Amino acid sequence: MHATNSALAVSPNLGSAPRVFDLAVTPLRELNQALHSNRQGSNETQWEVLNPKGGHAISAGVDTPISVDIRGSVGYYCAGMNQEATITVHGSAGPGVAENMMSGEVIIKGNASQYAGATGRGGLLVIEGDASSRCGISMKGIDIVVRGNVGHMSAFMAQSGHLVVLGDAGDALGDSIYEAKLFVRGSVKSLGADCIAKEMRPEHIAKLQELLDRAGITDAKPEEFTRYGSARSLYNFNIDNAAAY
Amino acid sequence: MTYQNPPTTPRKSATFDDYAMSEIRRAAATGIYDIRGSGAKRKLPHFDDLLFLGASISRYALEGYRERCDTNVVLGTRFAKKPIELKIPITVAGMSFGSLSGPAKEALGRGATLSGTTTTTGDGGMTEEERGHSEKLVYQILPSRYGMNPRDLRRADAIEVVVGQGAKPGGGGMLLGQKISDRVAEMRTLPKGIDQRSACRHPDWTGPDDLEIKILEIREITDWEKPIYVKIGGTRPYYDTALAVKAGADVVVLDGMQGGTAATQEVFIEHVGLPILACIRPAVQALQDLGMHRKVQLIVSGGIRNGADVAKALALGADAVAIGTAALIALGDNDPHWESEYQKLGTTAGAYDDWHEGKDPAGITTQDAELMKRVDPIAAGRRLANYLKVMTLEAQTVARACGKNHLHNLEPEDLCALTVEAAAMARVPIAGTGWIPGQVKF
Repeated sequence: MHATNSALAVSPNLGSAPRVFDLAVTPLRELNQALHSNRQGSNETQWEVLNPKGGHAISAGVDTPISVDIRGSVGYYCAGMNQEATITVHGSAGPGVAENMMSGEVIIKGNASQYAGATGRGGLLVIEGDASSRCGISMKGIDIVVRGNVGHMSAFMAQSGHLVVLGDAGDALGDSIYEAKLFVRGSVKSLGADCIAKEMRPEHIAKLQELLDRAGITDAKPEEFTRYGSARSLYNFNIDNAAAY
Repeated sequence: MTYQNPPTTPRKSATFDDYAMSEIRRAAATGIYDIRGSGAKRKLPHFDDLLFLGASISRYALEGYRERCDTNVVLGTRFAKKPIELKIPITVAGMSFGSLSGPAKEALGRGATLSGTTTTTGDGGMTEEERGHSEKLVYQILPSRYGMNPRDLRRADAIEVVVGQGAKPGGGGMLLGQKISDRVAEMRTLPKGIDQRSACRHPDWTGPDDLEIKILEIREITDWEKPIYVKIGGTRPYYDTALAVKAGADVVVLDGMQGGTAATQEVFIEHVGLPILACIRPAVQALQDLGMHRKVQLIVSGGIRNGADVAKALALGADAVAIGTAALIALGDNDPHWESEYQKLGTTAGAYDDWHEGKDPAGITTQDAELMKRVDPIAAGRRLANYLKVMTLEAQTVARACGKNHLHNLEPEDLCALTVEAAAMARVPIAGTGWIPGQVKF
């Protein structure tokens, strides 16, 4: 951590110029506290973070409708619990990106590691590359769009929201899923317990088109996807289902 | 006098006792394991197996009602900008809204507030009545993340990352569908009436190195204001305490197998984990080895019933204790007043533990709108406050007798043990001897 000269590394927000934090010289705590101090209605709506260098918890806990551009790759929990902000990572993201996101948008230009969007409750997470294992684990209302593939155990215990995968899904997709809806364009290596392929009805086509539009994806059609969801056979404990666990 | 074929007294097996046989019959009839609430019911080495030595020629006692014996404790002095100061070293453990009724949660908040201590949320999120009636509220982060949101995180007074609990270390939870009211379902983002599983592992971290980063994230989100606790079940207390400290905890909460749960398999409750007596000294040893004793505070729980238990836990090196089951009893759980209703449920007051079924006659472990009316949160909160006051007075009484002007000045040298097991676990000599069994490195 470089605790000195931090003021020199922070540029004021003049007009439309972004407020810039260079994490090579500014401590993480200073960045996040400045982001949290930003109030609703502030004219400091454009923020830029330089030299993230895989740092953890960058732009975590933001709760105002601002735009944050992170120029490089980030470590764990970038944009954790995000509310209202649009956070773009111009690189790849480590584990737990946008975990427990409430609202807003998080865009990862590269790949995302494990647990992307874990327990997210709202908003949109777009991963333009691949996502690793457990993408959307325990999701609770978030919408996740992955242009590439997702790893094993994605959407494990997913409660609600949507996971859209333009590529392939790994083993045990949607294991112990509740009411989340999964759309996969490519292959699924295997389905987890109580997860089944389901009919794509018109409302699902419409919803998927809306998600693709929001994610800025124009080269995929909803009809190319298969929907997966819960068979609802494990919703209430039954000893005769013990072998499924 | 002659005997022809004299009868012997009918003899039941000590191994296949009445309970064991009833459980075999129950399992054979239903095909499902037994699920229940509460903690371990078997007899375990416990604080009752320890005694205080009291003052003597070489130790001066303090005068009751005249000389001070302080009870305050500050939690979160390591990293938090806003540590918590408690008037008494007894906190109320995490218990969820969902497993407990709204009035019960309110009563816990009221009682804790009257006593100058904290209460704790649970697996299900923070309710308004709980926040509103708790001057100091600890917010739990559990694997399920039910009800988790940054607003509640920021309006908590401390945050507790729950890795495990004493009743079921290594286990998740299940709130059965019959307790899932509209309100509970909404808070947990799940359909009404279905069983709600609480995962046994956190969804976004695995292992101590990840935990360190998770704690960093929580500190960043809350601007380093809140004390962050790490709660562990009693399994490997030396290593888990050391790892929690390494991960950056301000406070370690250590729960023994007598600690209660809302619902878990009987086999889990009775056969996994350690009694709290076996946990405290290894945990304190870990803190001492790291030079962090009293810098990272230790809260212990699991079977705390009275002021003697509090004093013994503190004498072994804990900074505070937490109560769960005892707090529920103070509110009215298992009260003989409801005996006829307990009998209708096939049990008796003092033994009722089917908390997961939501039929609690006392209105505490239920979401039934009629039953929960039986809890008057103001009166129940007052009872909890009375009980906490008595426990504190009892602990002070013992401490003064040992010549201590603060409960934290109690020490292992004030104790002896009645059994070999308790002596080995508490690392104090057997009464009347200087022998401490089992003094080997952990």
